[in-house]
Amino acid sequence: MMKQTTFLWVLLAGLLMIALPAQARLVIEISGGVEGAMPIAIVPFASERVYDDRISTIIHANLARSGRFAPLAQDRLPAAPTQADQLDFARWRALGMDHLVIGRMQPQAGGQVLVQFQLFDVLRGVQLAGYSLAVPPNRLRKLAHQISDIVYEKLTGEKGAFDTLVSYVVVEQVNDARMFRLAVADADGHNEQVILSSREPLMSPSWAPDGRRLAYVSFEEGRSQIFMQNVATGQREKLAGFSGINSAPAWSPDGRSLAMTLSRDGHPEIYIMDMASRQLSRITNSRSIDTEASWAPDGQSLVFTSNRGGRPQLYQQALQGNRPHGPPRRLSFEGNYNARGRFSPDGRQLAMVHGEGNRFRIALLDLESRQLRLLTDAGMEESPSFAPNGSMIIYASERHNRGVLEAVSADGRAHQRLGASRGDVREPAWSPFIGP
Amino acid sequence: MKRNLVVVSLASVLLMALQGCSTPVREEQQDVIVDERSVGVSPTDGSLGVETSVIPVGEGFFEGRPIEEALADPESVLSKRVFYFDFDSAELPAADQAALEVHARFLNANPRISVVLEGHTDERGSREYNLALGERRAQTIERLLSLQGVAGAQMQVISFGEERPVALGHHEDAWALNRRVELLYSGY
Repeated sequence: MMKQTTFLWVLLAGLLMIALPAQARLVIEISGGVEGAMPIAIVPFASERVYDDRISTIIHANLARSGRFAPLAQDRLPAAPTQADQLDFARWRALGMDHLVIGRMQPQAGGQVLVQFQLFDVLRGVQLAGYSLAVPPNRLRKLAHQISDIVYEKLTGEKGAFDTLVSYVVVEQVNDARMFRLAVADADGHNEQVILSSREPLMSPSWAPDGRRLAYVSFEEGRSQIFMQNVATGQREKLAGFSGINSAPAWSPDGRSLAMTLSRDGHPEIYIMDMASRQLSRITNSRSIDTEASWAPDGQSLVFTSNRGGRPQLYQQALQGNRPHGPPRRLSFEGNYNARGRFSPDGRQLAMVHGEGNRFRIALLDLESRQLRLLTDAGMEESPSFAPNGSMIIYASERHNRGVLEAVSADGRAHQRLGASRGDVREPAWSPFIGP
Repeated sequence: MKRNLVVVSLASVLLMALQGCSTPVREEQQDVIVDERSVGVSPTDGSLGVETSVIPVGEGFFEGRPIEEALADPESVLSKRVFYFDFDSAELPAADQAALEVHARFLNANPRISVVLEGHTDERGSREYNLALGERRAQTIERLLSLQGVAGAQMQVISFGEERPVALGHHEDAWALNRRVELLYSGY
């Protein structure tokens, strides 16, 4: 009963978020609860109602979304302390809370807002973290994500990924034409910004490790070509426009190289472009399809999709510098369609699109035990992308004949949906960690 | 392959030339899979009161008609301009080889005509793999045409993968229509 009502409140909190007047076109719905999530109370910060972005609501939603926390609904809070000396830990213990976040906000001279927050261990009655930060009001949402990251890291021991971005493609029917838009939003779907708009297809956004540039595929000149764009300045450059297809850009972890698929020699092959010299080196050599490379986190190998065995499967190619080292090794064996491999940030697992009959689902392969685990169940899933801390995988799915983005925790237990208010949303790419 | 000749009178050839028929090059996209249509005139009307039959065979004509007309006529052997494929396959079904041969003949007879071979896939599976698969399908058509003598310079391969479906459903009927190569004639 208790669990059910908690779950209901989490759901209600989700609905409330939908009702908020957000300009963002992506909205989070939490579509599954998680057992064993940590109970935590996030008390509204003093004076937070003055500002459009309510810090405590954002932290609450972030932590709930991770599946690792079960935040107490704000209207069930027994008290609203904003200072440490107002705390009565016994009251919070009685509600089953393990942790508590309080805070306050104060306008500063020069238009800045001073935000102070504290995280407490309710059982031991001690402070675990406390920060004081001054930001302009339009940075409050980002600050709320940063506070969420601090709480997440203190309590799980893993780095939080709330203060990150997601890029994706939105396709909308505008009168008789289809419009393709490349967008960037906060990881919670807010602050969507369209960075490129085209009547021709846009595909395959890939973040540079600096979190500032995106490589992607655009058909603006009638065929697939690879471009690179600075998200903030809009400055862009064509990187590959050879004859045949130019596609599947993937940055190396050190940002010095870009893997890509080119068919300029007749077959789709993997190449690596050295970003300083723009020199290309060819990595694969087969008469079959070789495409959609992705780097191992150590930069020492690539995983790619190839149908050299008849059907698309995942292969790993070791590298020495930007050259192939030894023959490629097949990684996927279960099922007759495995594509679009993506290493987890720790390099131990591989997310992929796993096809069986007419069903295409997101699966996770443990590279040591060789166990394949299905993470989704709808059957039209594609384009998995790991959060930089490895906790979640965002992917594209299909609901009610529309393309939507969904995310699942890497353990497969927590699910969430990022629904667009219009259009088809596809090809999510989760950004790396972004500096302050 | 039965050779179909369309016999037209000189007067009608002139009339068509005067009309300068506009040439809708791209085929209607909502088409269902079309069988190769039988073309030409039925045996009974082959000599209906026409005393003289002129059949131009030079460049600019195809089977006796100006190429604009041959391309625009839905009854023409050239009207099949979309070729369909099985899932995850880049092999042209044997039943369609004959229809493709007509295009080879047309291109061989008109070396100044070029064709864009546009490869597409259905929505299933990975987008990047599908982009490559669409190219393989278009390359299959390119190879078959070139085996029949069509010059490489007359053909251009482009893949759109799954990005430009003609049918929007999420079921086999729609997928079957989307797994295709379109022959787009241009530049005359």
